[in-house]
Amino acid sequence: MTPASSNPLKLVLPLLVIAAVIGSWETIVRLQTIPPYILPAPSLIGTTMVADWPLLQASLLTTLKTTLLGLVLAVLGGVILAVTLSLSRIVEYSLYPFAVVLQVTPVIAIAPLLLIYMPQDVAVLTCAWLVAFFPVLSNTMLGLQSVDRNLMELFALYGAPASRKPLARLRARLKALWYLRRPAALPAFLAGLRIAGGLSLIGAVVAEMAAGSAGAGSGLAYRIIESQYRLNIPRLFAALVLLALTGIALYLLLAGISHWLLRHWHESALTQER
Amino acid sequence: MNAPAPTLVSLHGVSKVFTNGVTALSGFNLDVRAGEFVSLLGPSGCGKSTVLRLIAGLAEPTAGQVTWPGSPHEDHRSEIGFVFQEPTLMPWANVADNVWLPLRLRGLSRRDAQERILGSLSLVGLQDFAKAYPRELSGGMKMRVSIARALSLKPRLLLMDEPFAALDEITRFKLNDDLLKLQNDLHCTIVFVTHSVYESAYLSSRIAIMSPRPGRIIAEVAGEAPGPRAKDFRTSSRYAALCGEISQILLEQNAEERT
Repeated sequence: MTPASSNPLKLVLPLLVIAAVIGSWETIVRLQTIPPYILPAPSLIGTTMVADWPLLQASLLTTLKTTLLGLVLAVLGGVILAVTLSLSRIVEYSLYPFAVVLQVTPVIAIAPLLLIYMPQDVAVLTCAWLVAFFPVLSNTMLGLQSVDRNLMELFALYGAPASRKPLARLRARLKALWYLRRPAALPAFLAGLRIAGGLSLIGAVVAEMAAGSAGAGSGLAYRIIESQYRLNIPRLFAALVLLALTGIALYLLLAGISHWLLRHWHESALTQER
Repeated sequence: MNAPAPTLVSLHGVSKVFTNGVTALSGFNLDVRAGEFVSLLGPSGCGKSTVLRLIAGLAEPTAGQVTWPGSPHEDHRSEIGFVFQEPTLMPWANVADNVWLPLRLRGLSRRDAQERILGSLSLVGLQDFAKAYPRELSGGMKMRVSIARALSLKPRLLLMDEPFAALDEITRFKLNDDLLKLQNDLHCTIVFVTHSVYESAYLSSRIAIMSPRPGRIIAEVAGEAPGPRAKDFRTSSRYAALCGEISQILLEQNAEERT
């Protein structure tokens, strides 16, 4: 999981493999003279990327904005809900099932509905949010519950005197939340965040496709559909490459954040010294 | 000890039944006197840890009373330090911040607590490791941090729940001696739960032997007075006799069980 590796082979080998794949792709397309509307050569995809850059850049920004905003909202919503659920049993019992229902419903099935009720960009954002929301919620909840039981006992021993008053009990719970549950939940939350980052992009793409087929939109996924209709396969590939790069960048960013936050103490962030 | 020391905490006729119906303790009586080193010795599951939790106020007795004769306060938790079987340190916090936790819960800022944190750490010989994280420490050092944390509130009573059970014997011997020296320096009272005959014989000024569940005290053996042991105590005939006496009581208890 560590983004920065001390072993250069870990970086060089995958790059070599990618170079080999692209090289053979280029060679096969040229040797067999495969027409570009079936399979464009990597060089053609590259030149299309440059030529269509203004158009693709606008689409990339749209998709990126949806993805990141969806992710931020999912983190806010997921964490706030998880904390609320952990503070009160009543809230947990009444709300958690709905969160599960939201998650297990395939979101593409909701997308057309959302498009009826909301402006198109809001609908796309809602889709991205819905998909990314649950991993944050469930992972954060798991993390909040994973505090060492003995540490909680220490808390009861050294903390404020046990009180029956609801306000004092809430305050004790908030204190335990801040001192113990928050740091204990961090690794699980960050794992949820990494999953949510990828899912948010998927949610945005799926929603754009649903919206795009309704006739409007300018995200990368819409470009892909549009290019397919126009048989502009090189541009389709260029958009696809941008989507893949977005996903990779997002993953590296989140993995980096996670590593940085856990670098001092968590097993996942430790470098092996043997 | 010349005059009998005052009783610090007293458990009288205590029984504890858990919600799942298991009776952990029944008719349990124990007086802990100031300055003592009392060991509770018994088989696993005899309710030793429950006794500590009752003294600490982490659990309420089903019947009977836990009283603090010499103290007018209602809340005794500031007088108690608790050490668990595992070090139970917060992995995300460094050693100093772990020791800070009880003080922090009492509302002391990090700066105000600094002196006491370092004081506690030097008591257990870890003053140079304040910035280290728990994962960088050995098992014995983690347990020392745990003890330093329990000492940070300067407790009158230290409750220890099989603290050295998970350590290797060499480390355990070292920590046994350190604990005795610590008690001598701090003049605190210690209630020590263990299932090791040898550990209880080495450490204690009084060994209370418990029956299997439901736990109660079946015999008490007087040990050596509190304070550091002589260098050759572990090989002395006095130590061997103590171990023998305790083992004999446990054997008789076992025989009784079988009939």
